Amino acid sequence: MSDVVSRATVAEPRAGWLTPVNQRRLQNFKANKRGYWSFWIFMVLFVLSLFAEFIANDKPLIASYKGEILFPVVVNYPEEKFGGFLAETDYRSDFIRDEIQANGWMIWPPIRYSYNTANSNIPHSAPTAPFWLMDAGERCSGYPLGSEDPGCTLGNLNWLGTDDQARDVTARMIYGFRISVLFGLALTIASAVVGVSAGAVQGYFGGWTDLLMQRFIEIWSSMPVLYILLIIAAIMPPGFFVLLGIMLLFSWVGFVGVVRAEFLRARNFEYVRAARALGVGNLTIMWRHLLPNAMVATLTFLPFILSGSITTLTSLDFLGFGMPPGSASLGELIAQGKSNLQAPWLGLTAFIVMSVMLSLLIFVGEAVRDAFDPRKTFQ
Amino acid sequence: MSEQVTEPLLSVRDLSVAFHQGGNTSLAVDRVSFDIRRGEVVALVGESGSGKSVSANSILKLLPYPSASHPSGEILFNGKDLLKASDAELRHVRGNDITMIFQEPMTSLNPLHSIERQIAEILDLHQGITGPAARTRVLELLNQVGIREPEKRLSAYPHELSGGQRQRVMIAMALANRPELLIADEPTTALDVTVQAQILALLKTLKDEHGMSMLFITHDLGIVRKIADRVCVMTKGKIVETGPTAEIFSNPQHAYTKHLLAAEPKGKPPTSDLSKPVVMEAQDVKVWFPIKAGFLRRVVDHVKAVDGIDLSLRAGQTLGVVGESGSGKTTLGLALTRMISSKGRIAFVGQDIADYTFKDMRPLRNRMQIVFQDPFGSLSPRMAVSDIIGEGLKVHESALSDKERDARVAAALEEVGLDAATRWRYPHEFSGGQRQRIAIARAMVLKPQFVMLDEPTSALDMSVQAQVVDLLRDLQTKHALAYLFISHDLKVVRALANDMIVMRLGKVVEQGPSEQIFTAPRDDYTKALMAAAFDMEAVAVPAVRQ
Repeated sequence: MSDVVSRATVAEPRAGWLTPVNQRRLQNFKANKRGYWSFWIFMVLFVLSLFAEFIANDKPLIASYKGEILFPVVVNYPEEKFGGFLAETDYRSDFIRDEIQANGWMIWPPIRYSYNTANSNIPHSAPTAPFWLMDAGERCSGYPLGSEDPGCTLGNLNWLGTDDQARDVTARMIYGFRISVLFGLALTIASAVVGVSAGAVQGYFGGWTDLLMQRFIEIWSSMPVLYILLIIAAIMPPGFFVLLGIMLLFSWVGFVGVVRAEFLRARNFEYVRAARALGVGNLTIMWRHLLPNAMVATLTFLPFILSGSITTLTSLDFLGFGMPPGSASLGELIAQGKSNLQAPWLGLTAFIVMSVMLSLLIFVGEAVRDAFDPRKTFQ
Repeated sequence: MSEQVTEPLLSVRDLSVAFHQGGNTSLAVDRVSFDIRRGEVVALVGESGSGKSVSANSILKLLPYPSASHPSGEILFNGKDLLKASDAELRHVRGNDITMIFQEPMTSLNPLHSIERQIAEILDLHQGITGPAARTRVLELLNQVGIREPEKRLSAYPHELSGGQRQRVMIAMALANRPELLIADEPTTALDVTVQAQILALLKTLKDEHGMSMLFITHDLGIVRKIADRVCVMTKGKIVETGPTAEIFSNPQHAYTKHLLAAEPKGKPPTSDLSKPVVMEAQDVKVWFPIKAGFLRRVVDHVKAVDGIDLSLRAGQTLGVVGESGSGKTTLGLALTRMISSKGRIAFVGQDIADYTFKDMRPLRNRMQIVFQDPFGSLSPRMAVSDIIGEGLKVHESALSDKERDARVAAALEEVGLDAATRWRYPHEFSGGQRQRIAIARAMVLKPQFVMLDEPTSALDMSVQAQVVDLLRDLQTKHALAYLFISHDLKVVRALANDMIVMRLGKVVEQGPSEQIFTAPRDDYTKALMAAAFDMEAVAVPAVRQ
């Protein structure tokens, strides 16, 4: 081989914590422009929604009252402190507002509603339209002093209108987005761990292990998930983790097929045999040689499972079997849009949020898949 | 045919082929010109990637257009430019005037159609022959290509035929419409040597009978010498030398031709030395795979892949295991390294390992290593070279720090003649020969005593083969390694092995010092094997299957 040059041993510098292999994957990921941008847009949205309490809340971020700096968003001050009698202060009420403003100041988040805050100053009966669809007089007509009222500020107006219980749609959308993504991520990661392990064991060991587990999966996956959900919902009150647990019972099955197929195919590869000849143990072979093979198939699958979980949660909420009543959820918003056809902002908001979120996730998933493909050439 | 010499049947002028991929353009063939006269056999010789198959495929425009294109050139067939011909005209030429046979007889026949149907389809397509007339013609063709009892074979499906028979069927299909030109793209590479010799003999007779021209694409100079009238030597997309076969072989002009001709594996195997310690010893090794039948899956019979083999191998020596595909030579190697279960006594450095479980074997694995045949399959495509080579060290010398392990990996790469700085790359960035060096480095880094080499050279180009053989020999002398060298290539075995086993259907045909077997083979089968491998002569021995 004439192209072989014998040079002194030079260690390739490793930049930071990334091995050259991972640097290349990162480069591959960046090469997919659409996926890369989708990733950043999604991350910004997701991180913002994680701080939803600081964006949309019915409590001020910081307040100064009689020389004392208060943080109502994180600390619960009883109303006593401001001369009231409730256990929890309603900072939106005129009395507290005037009291604090007379003895100091307060800084509100951009949106002065939480997901469960009802707007008591709506111009007419709920649901009300976004404020920019009404003229200046009409949008403030719910306040005692009309457009002169100090309460009629941008943060107090409903940017995307209110739902049929006079709750702010923007706030509910932000909180709903957060819970959807968290639920989707948690369900996807949990079912990937369970499903990939099950598929790996089946594919690698084959034989009776495979046969018995395969039959079990066939029976298991033919269970009617929706009815089981209904029955369980009747026994215990549905919540985030109850729903996650029930959905996980059935969603891991989706991964088994692809992973098992990959392991069955790859366990007879020559490099797996070579690893066995080196004396490498079963678990290491599965982890180091076979799993990376199955990872591409899994990763290709991942965005679909993720968006599928989000859609499932949304549809359960839509049907009323999802999150407990009153919690922010996009499914509930869609249900409201369905029953209030005269208020198209309800359905449209939910639709746009859902479609943007799902599209971004799919684009990111595509880019991740490309990044893990070693044969992918990029310029 | 000499009176027609003036007008070549096929004339390729300044042909270039370019491939476009993702904004990149690469020139696979660069202004190639050659002629084929009537009744002449022209060989296109070159190593993999030299552009010989691409040139041949562009004659019938079988390239993946539009990602392939021809920036220059013309292909004149009977005075007509095929590159400018319409699809309809091309379809008429394909399979009728010009036909092709391919390398892989396993995949070039449709597995769902019977032999008769596949041959008759071509007859129907180009000549409109159907019904009984077609059947007569199919039988005639099968007779011509030497398929015994063709009547019984008509309804056979491809999987019921051996590799050689399938290639014969392919040739029958190619001959069906009495083509003027037959393009044979490495037609014997996938076949055993004895079958290869038969196919070459068949092609030669057919060419003489039909007065057909042939374009023969191969990397094997032995075949060229046997069959071709004229040779075109190709490298890196260019034809560097053209001339009559005898002249090229006796008086090569271009440096690359000389390099190719000198590429035969050279050197002598280690001398037998009975004073060296025995590394691997086996008595009556048997690997039988059960055949189960019936509702209760009772064992009715066994496939005797390895059936009673004795051997002994000393340090610093090489035992060659020779045989055709299916003879059980790889199975024997896997049984000796305890990768599959077997019966009989196997002793490794005096330790009886025949009953060891996979776990028991683990501490011994670093002392017995395997190098596999396919350097493309034996390296994990998702691991960097440093991880591939370092994997065994992690298992057997887990006390090593990352730095020490890295130094060992780098040293192993240097030892097999690769740049240590390349260890961060992925296997797909290396050529076949380099990959095989990586696979060898993976075995050597553990400092083994016994290495099983399972056809380590057969997936490589001829000149790379010679280098790998030299490398293996150097490593052997340096570390006193015992090699079990499995191969069907007798030339390589002659260059490496001092002892030899000839296997057939799981049994030993002949066993002894290789010197003695090569000079005076006793068994008929060994003789036939030698004749086929060294002279490309088909010997009619009952021992040789069709």
